[in-house]
Amino acid sequence: MSIGHALLGLLEAGPRHGYDLKRAFDARFGHDRPLHYGQVYSTMSRLLRNGLVEVDAVEPGDGPERKRYAITDAGVTDVETWLARPEKPEPYLQSTLYTKVVLSLLTGRDATAVLDGQRAEHLRLMRELTRRKVEGDLADQLICDHALFHLEADLRWLELTAARLQQLATAVRP
Amino acid sequence: MTPAGPVLAATGLHKTYGPTPALADAGLSVQPGEIVAVMGPSGSGKSTLLHCLAGIVRPDAGSVRYGPHELTTMTDARRSALRRTDFGFVFQFGRLVPELTCLENVALPLRLGGLRRRAAEDRALEWLDRLEAADVRGKRPGEISGGQGQRVAVARALVTTPRVVFADEPTGALDSLNGERVMGLLSRAARDTRAAVVLVTHDARVAAYSDREVVVRDGRTRDLAGVA
Repeated sequence: MSIGHALLGLLEAGPRHGYDLKRAFDARFGHDRPLHYGQVYSTMSRLLRNGLVEVDAVEPGDGPERKRYAITDAGVTDVETWLARPEKPEPYLQSTLYTKVVLSLLTGRDATAVLDGQRAEHLRLMRELTRRKVEGDLADQLICDHALFHLEADLRWLELTAARLQQLATAVRP
Repeated sequence: MTPAGPVLAATGLHKTYGPTPALADAGLSVQPGEIVAVMGPSGSGKSTLLHCLAGIVRPDAGSVRYGPHELTTMTDARRSALRRTDFGFVFQFGRLVPELTCLENVALPLRLGGLRRRAAEDRALEWLDRLEAADVRGKRPGEISGGQGQRVAVARALVTTPRVVFADEPTGALDSLNGERVMGLLSRAARDTRAAVVLVTHDARVAAYSDREVVVRDGRTRDLAGVA
C-alpha cells in the first residue's frame, strides 16, 4: 500500500490538517491497520520535500503549530500516474511454509500436520472475513472478498501440496 | 458445547462400493444450530459421509445417532419419514419438480406431511420471501435462473423447520455472486431457526460460512478444530 499516494489522493478533495488526513485514511483504508501519527507526519514531510504538497495555512495552537496541507499540480500528476500504473502481480511462494514442509519431511516429522495446521488457520481467518463481509456494507464486502480470494489461492496450494507430499518426500530425502 | 449434546453423531463409519472403500472409520458430530463444512478432494468420501449421516445410505459398519435414534438400524420406512419431517436437503442442482410452480415446490414437503394446501402455500410463500425469491412463486423451475432455483431449493429445505439441513455442493453450479447470495441466505436462515447444517463443499469460500471444518481424506475424517 502506498500511503503517500493515498494521502495525496485524499488531499485532492481540498486542503486538510495532518490529523484530518489520518482520520480520513483510517475510515476508508485503515480497517486492519490505522495509521500512526508519526507515519502521517513523516509521509507529509517527504511529500512536501518532493513538491507534491504545500503548506496552505499554519494555525498556532496550544501545542505545536497545526499545518494545513494542499496538493500541488505535481502532486495531482503523481496521483494520476500512480493510478494509471498497474500493480506488479506477485506470484510469491509462501517461502516460510514451504521451508517448514520440506524441513518436516527431511527430519521425518509429520508434514501433513504442518499443512493441516496452516489450513485451519487460513480457514479461521476466512470465517472471520466472511462474518465481517456478511455484516458489513459494500466497501467491507469488496475489501474482504479481495482478501478471501487470496487466502483461497493459498489454500489451494496447501491442498495440492498435501496431495503431493509423497512425491515431495521422495524428492527432498537424500 | 451445549448441554443437550449433539443433534447428530456418527462414529466408526465404513462403507464400501465394490472393491473401493468410500468410508474407512469416518465420524462426525454436529451440535444443534452448528454449521459444519465437510471438505476434501473429489472421491474422498465426503458425499458418502453425507448420505450416511442423512440416512439415505446404510453404512456397512458404524453408528449414526440422531438424538436418541440409531439411524443404521431403523427401518427404511422410518428413515424416510424422519428425512421428511426432521431433515432438509439442498443439492448442487435444485432438483425441483419441473411440473410444479416454485410455490408448489416449496409447499410440497408440507403437503406430504399432511398440511392443507392453503396453509402449506402460505408458509411456503413466507419462506420464498425470506429467501428473496417470492417474485418467482408462480413460475416453473425451467423458467428461472440457477441462482433463483437454488434459493427456491433452500426455501423448500427449510420450510418444515428441520433440525438438520444437508447441503451437498449447494453453490457448485452457480457463479460467485449468486453462490455468495445463496450461502448468505442459507446460513442466516439456518441460524435464525437453529437448524444444524452439514455442508459438503470443495470451495473454501463457501466453507468459510461454517463454524467448523472437517476434512475427509481417503474415507477418513479429520477435524481441523484441534489442529491449529
